[in-house]
Amino acid sequence: MCRLFFLPGATKKRTLSSELHNLTDARIVIVAPDSTILASSETADLGLVGTRFSDAAVTQALAGQTAQGIGPGLVAETDQNRADKQPMELILAVLVGFGAAIVAPSLSQLTHKWSGAILALLPLGLTLYFLNLIPLVANGTPVTASIAWVPALGIQLSFYADGLSLLFAVLISGIGAVVILYSSSYLQEHPELGRFYFFILVFMASMLGVVLADNLLLLFIFWELTSISSYFLIGLEHEREPARAAALQALLVTGLGGIALLGGLLLIGQLGGSLEFSALTSGEVNLRSSALYIPILLLVLGGAFTKSAQFPFHFWLPNAMQAPTPVSAYLHSATMVKAGVYLLARLSPMLAGTEWWRWIVEPVGMFTMLLGAYLALQKTDLKQILAYSTVSALGLLMLMLGIGGKLAIEAALVFLLAHALYKGTLFLVAGAIDHETGTRDVRELGGLRLAMPLTAGTALLAALSMAGVPLFLGFIGKELVYEATLDATAEILLTGAVFVTGVLFVAIALIVGYAPFFTARMETPQHPHEAPTAMILGPALLALLGLGLGIFPNAFDAALLASATSAVWGAPLTVKLALWHGITPMLVLSALTIAGGLLVYWLRHAARRVLAPLQTLSRVGPARGYDFALRGLNWAAAAQTRVLQSGYLRHYLMIIIAALVALTGYTLWSHAGLTLSFQNFDLRFYEAGLAVLILLAILTVTTTSSRLTAIAALGVVGYSVALIFLLYGAPDLAMTQFLIETLTVILFVLMFYHLPRFATLTPRRERARDMIVAALGGGLMTALALIGIGVEHDKTVSTFFAENSVVLAHGRNIVNVILVDFRALDTLGEITVLAVAAIGVFALLKLRLAPRQDKDKK
Amino acid sequence: MTSLILRTATNYLIELLLLFSVFLLLRGHNEPGGGFVGGLAASAAFVLYTIAFDVQSARQLLRVEPHNLIGAGLMIALASGLVGLLLGKSFLTGAWVKWNVLGTLEVELGTPLFFDIGVYLVVLGITLLIIFSLFEE
Repeated sequence: MCRLFFLPGATKKRTLSSELHNLTDARIVIVAPDSTILASSETADLGLVGTRFSDAAVTQALAGQTAQGIGPGLVAETDQNRADKQPMELILAVLVGFGAAIVAPSLSQLTHKWSGAILALLPLGLTLYFLNLIPLVANGTPVTASIAWVPALGIQLSFYADGLSLLFAVLISGIGAVVILYSSSYLQEHPELGRFYFFILVFMASMLGVVLADNLLLLFIFWELTSISSYFLIGLEHEREPARAAALQALLVTGLGGIALLGGLLLIGQLGGSLEFSALTSGEVNLRSSALYIPILLLVLGGAFTKSAQFPFHFWLPNAMQAPTPVSAYLHSATMVKAGVYLLARLSPMLAGTEWWRWIVEPVGMFTMLLGAYLALQKTDLKQILAYSTVSALGLLMLMLGIGGKLAIEAALVFLLAHALYKGTLFLVAGAIDHETGTRDVRELGGLRLAMPLTAGTALLAALSMAGVPLFLGFIGKELVYEATLDATAEILLTGAVFVTGVLFVAIALIVGYAPFFTARMETPQHPHEAPTAMILGPALLALLGLGLGIFPNAFDAALLASATSAVWGAPLTVKLALWHGITPMLVLSALTIAGGLLVYWLRHAARRVLAPLQTLSRVGPARGYDFALRGLNWAAAAQTRVLQSGYLRHYLMIIIAALVALTGYTLWSHAGLTLSFQNFDLRFYEAGLAVLILLAILTVTTTSSRLTAIAALGVVGYSVALIFLLYGAPDLAMTQFLIETLTVILFVLMFYHLPRFATLTPRRERARDMIVAALGGGLMTALALIGIGVEHDKTVSTFFAENSVVLAHGRNIVNVILVDFRALDTLGEITVLAVAAIGVFALLKLRLAPRQDKDKK
Repeated sequence: MTSLILRTATNYLIELLLLFSVFLLLRGHNEPGGGFVGGLAASAAFVLYTIAFDVQSARQLLRVEPHNLIGAGLMIALASGLVGLLLGKSFLTGAWVKWNVLGTLEVELGTPLFFDIGVYLVVLGITLLIIFSLFEE
C-alpha cells in the first residue's frame, strides 16, 4: 500500500522544503510524469536526516528532476500502512499501562496467586510490540503518532519511536515484566500488593511515556509522573518512618529538578519555535549560539542530574532503598534513574559539544562515578552496595555523554544496556537472598550455592557481566568505554578514573555475586531454600541475555544500536560490535582491570578499614544540606505562620476590612472620584421602615449583653434584607436568604452554647479602634452602592441570557438557568468547594473532640 | 428540649417541608426555586426534626450518612455534565427529551434537572453534616 504525494508547482526551494518537513514517514522518490521511479532515497543517498528532509536533499532532488527535464515537483512516498495503522498502536502502547493499573488492585484481590503472572503479560506483550518496531526504525525513519490533547497550550499526545526510544522502551517493558512476575512471589504476603501493582504499572506507563514522548511538555508530565509513582513505591510501607522520609526526599529532590527541567524545556520550545523534539532536532535554530544557551543547559542539567542521582544530588538514591527490592531493581537501577541519561542523550544533538557542556557534565559524571564506587565498597548491606554502584554507573554514563562523539555515545548505550541487565538481576538476586535467609549483610552470607543453586548461577552470570569478563555484554561495554576515554581530550585522567572505577566494579561484582554463594557456609537467620520459580525465571533470563548479547552482539548492533546512536549523534551512523578486536590497548586495560579487581576483592576487609576515615567527609556532604534545607523550610513556615496567623478571628476580620477599605478606597478616590449620585430616590414608607428596622437591629447587636438577643437581632437584619430583595423583584434571592438566615441563626445558637459566659474583655481603646474600622468598612460599602447606582452597565450578557433562556435552555427562570446551564461549570466548582469546606468543618469539629477523649481516658 | 406540641407538629410538618423542597427543586427551571433553595428547605426540615427530637432520630430518618449525600450529589452533577460529552458536545451541555403524557401534557426532561438534583443533594449533605456534628458536640 503506497500513497504518492505530488507536490506540484513548488519552484522555490524554500517552500518545497517546508512542505516536505511536514511529511513524516516519507521517503523521497523522484518520479517522471509517467510514474516511473527515477531515483529513490532508498537506493540513492539523498542525504536524509532522521525523519525530515534536509535542505541538501531537497536541492539535490530538485536538481535531479531538472536534469531529467521533468521540471519542478517532488514526490514523497509514504508507507500508508505505517502512517495509518501504527500511530494509534503506539499511543495505545503507552497509555494501556494506566488502564491496567486501574484494574490491577481488583485483580489482585480476585486471584491473589495468579494476578502477578496475568499482569506480567501486559509488559511482555509490550516488549514484543516494541521489538517488532525495531526493523521499522532501523533504516532511520522513526514511527510517530500524534493526536491533539490541549491544542491551546501546544500540548499534543505525540509519540516518537526511534532507536534510542525503543532501546529504552524494550528495557522498560521487558524488565517490567520480570519485576512484576518476581513481585507476585516476593510480595505475596504483603498487605499492600494491590497498591503496589497499581503504582508499578503507573510507573511503567509513565516511563514509557518519557522515552516515547515527542512533545516537550508531554515528556515533562510523564517525567513528573515517574517521580510521583516512585514516591508512593518507596513509601509503600508507609508505616515505617524511614520509608516515608526516604520517599519524601526522593520526591523533593527529583521534583525540584523537574521544575528546573520544565523551565529549560519551555525555553527550548520558545527558542526553537516548536515543542516537538522531532521538529527541534531538524530545525534550523542553533540553540548553542543563543544567549539563553547557558540558562537552558543549567536548567536541563538540573533535571537530569537530580533524576539520575549525580553528585551533589546522589544521596536520595541509596536512601530510596527503603523501597521493596523489586522496586529498587526496576526504578532505582534499571529504568527511572536512567531517565536523566535518556534526556541528555535525546537533547545531545541540540545542546552537546560545547565547552560548557563538557566542563559540567564530564567532571560531575566522573566525580559521581568515583564517589559511588568508593562508597559501594564501604557498605556491607547488599542493597546499599548495589545502590552506590548504580550511582557510580550513572556517573559513568553521564561521563560518556559529556565526552560526546560517536565512540562515547556508542559506549554509553551499550554500557547502559549491559548495566540494566546485570544490575537488575543482581538487585533481584539480593531480594531473593533477603527473602530466603532473612539478612542482606554480606558479612553474614556465604556458601548459599548448595541451598540456592539456580540463584547462585544467575548471580554469577550477572556478576561476570558486571566485572566485564569476556563473552559477556559487560565486557563489550567496558572495551567501548576505554576506547572512548582513550580517544577523549583529557585521556589520561579520564582513562585513569574509569580504570579505578572498573577495578572497584570487579570487586563489588565479586562481593555481591560470588561471595554470598561460593565462600564458606555461614549461619543465617532463616534456613535458606531455593527461591520460588517466579523469582528465578526473570533474573535468570536477564542474566542469560547479558551473556547471549555478549556472544552475539550482532543481534542488536545494526538494527537497534545504530539507530539509537544516530539519534544521539544527530546524523546517521553505522555501528558494528565485536567480541574480539585483537590485542588492543583496551584489551590490556580490561585484563588489568580484572586483575586489579581480584586483588581489591582479596584485600576488601583491609581496604574498607584503610578507606573508612574518608567517610567522615560525609558529615559535610550534600545529604546534610538537604536535612538543613528541610529543617529551615519547616522553621520558616512555622515562623511566618506565627507572625501572620494569630488564630483570632477578630484580627483576621480587622485586617481584611482594613485592607479592603485602604485598597478599594484608594482606587475609588484616584480613579472614579467620590461623586455620589442621589437621583431616583423616591422612598416608599415601607422601604424607609425596613431601613429603620435594620438600623435598630444593628444597634441592638452591638450594644446588647445577651448573646441570644444579638443572634436574634442579626436574624432581623437578615430577614429585612431578604424583604428588600423581595420588594425589588428578586424572589429567588429572597427565598434563599430566608432559608440561609434561619439556618445561620440555628448554627449560631448551637455554637454559642459552647462559648464561655458573655463578658466585655476588650479595653475601651480597642473598642474605639474597632468602631473606626467598622465605620470605615460600612462607609466604603455605602459609597460603593451609591456609586454603583450611577454606573451604566453593559447589557450584552444579561440580554443574551434573557433572550436565550427559553430557546436554548428550555427554562423561564433565568436565575436558575444561569446556575444549572449557562454557567453550570461555575456551579459545579462552587458545590465542589462547598463540599471541601464541609469536610474541613467536619474535620475541625472532630479534631476538637479527640483531645477531650484522651483526657477522659486519663 | 422535649415539647409534645412541637414533636407532634413536626411529624406532620416534615412531610410538608420535604415535599415543598422537592417542589422547589422541580419548579426551579421555570419559576423561582431550584436545587440550592430546595436543598436548604430540606435541610431546614431535618433541622426542625433534630430540634424537636434528637440527632439520632434525625439521622435515622435520613437513613444515609450526610457525607454520602455530598459525594452522591457531586457524582450526579458530574454525570449530568458528562452526557453532553457523550453526545459529542462540550462538557455540561444540556441534553433534552420531550414527550407527551396522556396526549395532553408535554413534559420536558433535561440533564440540567439532574445537575440541579446534584446541587440539592450536595447542599442538603453539607448543611446536615455541619449541623449534625454541632448538635452532637
